[in-house]
Amino acid sequence: MAKYSILIDTDFCTGCHTCEVACQQEHDYPVGLNGIKVTEYEYKLASGKVKIDCIPFLTDLCDLCMGRQADGERPSCVKHCQTACMYFGLTSDLAIEAASRPRAVLYTHTPK
Amino acid sequence: MGKIDVYPTTAWSAGTGCHGGCGQNLFVEDGKLVKVEGNEDHPWNQGRSCPRALAMTQYVYHEDRITQPQIRVGERGEGKFEPISWDEALDICEERMGKIRDEHGAESVIFVQGTGRDIGGPITFLAYSYGSPNWVQLGLSGHSCYTPRLGAMKTTLGEFAVADCSQFLEKRYEDPEWEAPEYIIVWGQNPPNTCPDGFYGPWIVDCMQRGSKIISVDPRNTWMSTRAEYHLQIRPGTDGALALGMLNIIIEEEIYDKDFVEKWVDGFDAIKERAAEYPVDKVAAITEIPAADIQATARAYANAKQAAIQWGVPIDMCPDGTAVAHAISCLWTVTGNIDIPGGQVIAKPAFGVTAYPFSSEELIELYGKDLITRMNEKRIGADVYPMYKHFRGWASPDVTIEQIETGDPYPIKGAWIQTANVIGGQAARAKFHYDAMKKLDFVAIVDLFHNPTTMALADIILPAATFPEKNSFRSWWTPMDSIKKRVQVGECRSDWEINFELAKRFNPEGLQRWATVIDYFDERMEPSGMTFEDLEAKGGWAMSPEGPGRPYRRYEKGYLRADGKPGFNTPSGKVEIYNKSFEEWGMDPLPFYTEPPQSEASTPDLFKKYPLVMITGARSNLFFHSEHRQIPWLREKEPDPTVEIHPDTAKEYNIYDGEWVHLENDMGHIKRKAVISLKVKPNHVQTLHGWFKPEAEGAEPNLFNVWDYQVNQIIPGPQASKSGFGGGQYKTTLVRLAKITEGGA
Repeated sequence: MAKYSILIDTDFCTGCHTCEVACQQEHDYPVGLNGIKVTEYEYKLASGKVKIDCIPFLTDLCDLCMGRQADGERPSCVKHCQTACMYFGLTSDLAIEAASRPRAVLYTHTPK
Repeated sequence: MGKIDVYPTTAWSAGTGCHGGCGQNLFVEDGKLVKVEGNEDHPWNQGRSCPRALAMTQYVYHEDRITQPQIRVGERGEGKFEPISWDEALDICEERMGKIRDEHGAESVIFVQGTGRDIGGPITFLAYSYGSPNWVQLGLSGHSCYTPRLGAMKTTLGEFAVADCSQFLEKRYEDPEWEAPEYIIVWGQNPPNTCPDGFYGPWIVDCMQRGSKIISVDPRNTWMSTRAEYHLQIRPGTDGALALGMLNIIIEEEIYDKDFVEKWVDGFDAIKERAAEYPVDKVAAITEIPAADIQATARAYANAKQAAIQWGVPIDMCPDGTAVAHAISCLWTVTGNIDIPGGQVIAKPAFGVTAYPFSSEELIELYGKDLITRMNEKRIGADVYPMYKHFRGWASPDVTIEQIETGDPYPIKGAWIQTANVIGGQAARAKFHYDAMKKLDFVAIVDLFHNPTTMALADIILPAATFPEKNSFRSWWTPMDSIKKRVQVGECRSDWEINFELAKRFNPEGLQRWATVIDYFDERMEPSGMTFEDLEAKGGWAMSPEGPGRPYRRYEKGYLRADGKPGFNTPSGKVEIYNKSFEEWGMDPLPFYTEPPQSEASTPDLFKKYPLVMITGARSNLFFHSEHRQIPWLREKEPDPTVEIHPDTAKEYNIYDGEWVHLENDMGHIKRKAVISLKVKPNHVQTLHGWFKPEAEGAEPNLFNVWDYQVNQIIPGPQASKSGFGGGQYKTTLVRLAKITEGGA
């Protein structure tokens, strides 16, 4: 079971890349490797209005910053998120939190 | 592995490169920076960070960093430099600059900086110690970055004002005094990507999370504009018409704050009359924004209990940017949104401590009235533009570059350039700047990496330190921060230290009273009752207590005027929206609109040839202007300079996504990779500035491929403002797209 998760309030991800560099610094990942990756999608709504959405996803290189957890620190991506739209915690707690938000994703994640 | 020590500090300029303010923790092991993290105890960013701060280890220890003073040994541009000692380098600067001063006068050396970062303090210190009045953002046409807005605010309000995101309160969003703005007009800015002018961009998103609704004034679709309640997709350069049109609606429909206007505003009738020249249909035609949207927005803003405006550099880059800023400031004035929670809060440097002079008053306080008056007489452009004489202390960039060419009314022989890549960065007419600056007798450059400007011009290069490597202090609005040195890289020195040492050589008597830069910081920080070390001991930051430096409604409390009476710091004690200073200086005392110098209306023939409006200067979160292209974690995410092209336009020009294309006009062409995107309108293209390739050959003629990519070489000049402040044509230049044919560039 995935005990821990990362919750992302997708209404507020601006695609700023902070989580990506936070992960690379924490794990000293070289260019080309990352535990988290942001994607951006632009599209037209039925009204003709343009919408731009961003969302990060976790990769197999994410270890939920196990080393930081031991020091009582949040994963680096969560801590540094520029719009504070990422949360780390027990899956059971965050599932409840997710339900209170109009748009969110809950990444259950089990480090490999 | 040794022990890791963690030191809080403040990120300001070299390194992150930005206008700064973030509390960051430095992780240091055996004298080496091994990690940077946000400081959760700092009220500015509350633990958050940005890609550039988190990539600091790659910046600080980059193999291409200049870590020793260098002297040019070949011809200018050959790229041949040899290391020398600090003593030798400073001796040469003293001798060469001393000779120019003896032969031509101190005004013949210009002191050049880029955008408003931590350089303003040390560079003015050096320029005035040497005796030159010519402090200039060379190449930044019309000083089109914040100075126009500062000038408009200071002369009407007697103060500066910013959107209130609780930044002046220690407890921030938790402070019960603060209320979220009901509406925020985000005018010409993409806050998630930028922290400009003493403002942390993501604060706007914080406010959105706390209920603020957004009115976005932006020609592009951005993350923010697509989440706005109203998105006014404005024609670039027409912001003045929009502001006057909104003002007219608010006054005509009597939805302004009558009590506030009656008590605190001077010149309302005159503004009313001027605004009436901008009926909504006329404004809709000028701005390409539907009239109904302008009306709805004006009403939403005026009817809100509290509302704020967060404005960006495109306002300065309108023709007569100062007048546009004046018009926008009238909106918050007539709606009574001044210095109220969630409105436009008056911004003063914490404790009145000045790290970087923003006004003539501050310069006089630092250097004395005599010196500043004398300086005004010879400052380049002061005889042409009254604002250069009366506001702040800049020389005119547009007049300076002409004067290097003409030598009239006096010759310019030398330049001290401090962390400013003029040729690869801010210079409109970049090639003209390149040719003119080549003629200087002596050029000293303080920087961290080689770039097109160091390569083309430097005789002496002095290596600067990043923020973890230096002692400094910051008081750009709030809080007042200390920045303490924790690591040393090569022989790099802080900008303050470099300028202090050299200033001592030029003005030994004047500088006697300070033995070290810390002594000087202590003196500057005196109004706070704290020394540099006191502030460090407190955790590195402090905010102003109740009084002139803390909101709200200070005009009612007698905190703004020298006489201690209620009112604003203006002769009448009111907000002088009929601008008497402008009138005295021979300028229009009322705001007005000017059509961009290039457009379908003003240059129909040119428009036929070049039908696309090119918008430049948007911000990337990964790069600060022309910096950071050599940092692997950053460059990876944005490897190439791109241009956003609407799908319809791409079809018309037969351009596919990812294709390399030219953007061109009569001034030349540049290369960009096409990104087909709905972010721009069909008649606009948008491209980022500051591109060169640090990995390419640096020696001339290549200069890191700058002439392939430097977009400002096709931006015309000089600026298009009557006041001299504002009007750089970075957002309104006409171009066309061209396919790169086989065998082409």
